[in-house]
Formats: sequence, C-alpha cells, structure tokens
Amino acid sequence: MSTIGNRKIIGWLVLALILGILVSPWASSNPDGLERVAEDQAFIDRAENLFAGLIPDYLMPGIENEAVATALAGGIGVLITLGFTILIGNLVSRKTIG
Amino acid sequence: MHIPDGFLNLPTCLGSAAVSIVALKQAVSKVGQKLDRKQVPLMGVMSAFVFAAQMLNFPIIGGTSGHLIGAALLAVLLGPWTASLIMTSILLIQGLVFMDGGISALGANLLNMAVIAPWGGYAVYQFFLRIRSPRMVAAFVASWASVLFAAIACALELALSGLPFVVVLPAMVYWHLIIGIGEGVITTAVLMYVWNTREKWAEEIVKV
Repeated sequence: MSTIGNRKIIGWLVLALILGILVSPWASSNPDGLERVAEDQAFIDRAENLFAGLIPDYLMPGIENEAVATALAGGIGVLITLGFTILIGNLVSRKTIG
Repeated sequence: MHIPDGFLNLPTCLGSAAVSIVALKQAVSKVGQKLDRKQVPLMGVMSAFVFAAQMLNFPIIGGTSGHLIGAALLAVLLGPWTASLIMTSILLIQGLVFMDGGISALGANLLNMAVIAPWGGYAVYQFFLRIRSPRMVAAFVASWASVLFAAIACALELALSGLPFVVVLPAMVYWHLIIGIGEGVITTAVLMYVWNTREKWAEEIVKV
C-alpha cells in the first residue's frame, strides 16, 4: 500500500474538483436516456419529488448565475461525497491489513 | 438513469429495496473482512471523482444526453464489493442532497447502479480476461455492458410498475447502447492512464 501516497490521493481529488467545479457548467442539459424514454412514452409527467433536497438539480439555491450555481453545487458535492465515502469506508473496514 | 419519485409503484420500490439491502449487507461484510483501512482515502477520492464525472452529461444523437455511471470503472479498479459500497455512497448523496433519483426509487436505483452495474461489469471484465482479451478491450466491453444491464433492469422495474415492457425495454436498450459507448470511452481512458503510470500503484490495490 505504500505506493498509493498522499500525492496520488490529492491528485484525484484535484481532478474531481476541477470536473465538479470548472467542467460541470458545460454539461449537456439534454434529457438523459431514461428521461428521453419517459418523454417519448409520455410518462415523464409522473415524475414528482417526495423530498426536497438541499441543492435541487445541482443548482445552488439563491445564486442567479446558473454556471456559478452549478459550479458551487459540484464543488460541494465532490467534498460531501468524499467525506461520506471515507466515513462509510472507516465504519466498514474494521481490520487493518499489512 | 436515476429514477425519480412517481415512476415506480410501491411493490417495485419495496421489492428492489429489499434485494439491494441484502446485496449491500453482503458488501459491508466482505469489505469489512478484507479491506485495508489504508485504502479508505483512495475509496474516498475515487468516489468524489465518479460523483463529479456523473455530473458531466455528454450530448448524444437526437437531443439526448448521457453521463458516466462509473460502476464498472470502480469494480475493475477496486473490486466489485467496494464498487458497490462507493456507488451506494454516491447514490445516497445524489438522492438526499441533489434530488437526483427519488427517495422512493432509491432501492431501485441502488439495485441498478450499485449492484447490477458493478457486478455485471465485473463479470464481463473477468470473462474477457479469461478468453485472453487485452484488459483495455475487456474494460471497454465491460463498462459498455454495465450500462446496458442497468438499463434493462430499469426497464424491468418500469414494466413491473405498469408500463408496457415491449415498448420500454427496446427504448431503454436503444438509448443506452449509445450512452454505453461514452461509458466505455471514459472508463477505458481513465484505466489506460492508471495502468500506464510508471508508479504502477493500481497493482498495489487490494481488490475486494
């Protein structure tokens, strides 16, 4: 395990942040495969929201500029996902090998 | 492919959740027994990377878009049980924070993208290695197939919820055959980068 050093870990995190913050505003807003099928087969109207997320649709609430709202949502999402997965990983992997 | 609330009926939501819970309990147990704690930071950053990559919808033909799922990539790199856990983490965050995937459909989304996609992709990858394919080819086909398997599962869940199977299945398969090519290109590109670095750190990973 010694070769998966901190530099490698930080490199992946920087890449994730670049994608989440700088690239995400350029993502296509076309419907995805399932949404497209739902539109074509006229069941898209069945979609509803039973739960109000904190940052709906990857747009930071209260930010008018859509690119900035997306970038903020992406950056926050990357960090929350990082933290949550590390938490799960630590809870699950009780044993230390090697 | 994140199913929103309202598409699935209650029995399908509950049934898929039950299957997912059984599979994820097994993943927790396997990862708990075998995973090196030192590998948790790597899990964390790969999870963050896949989350970010999932935001990047790429346009395909006919005004539709697709994005990476990343389940096959994680399964090849870290092992299928670990991939299952990471995908669960991502799907929970997406559903709870970003309203991407409905709360009632969480069980189905977990089944499709945290169970079927990583395991389907992993099985195809192993099969292609066994018939002595180069690992790049194995990874491309596996990640493409993982999207297709998830789309078929999604179509089944929609059909169980009362939508016509003969219509929904071909439509889901058609779009995801194409979206899967994007999955294959991205997955193969990332793995080529990982496999070709001089440090060979990927070979040190304990795959669970």
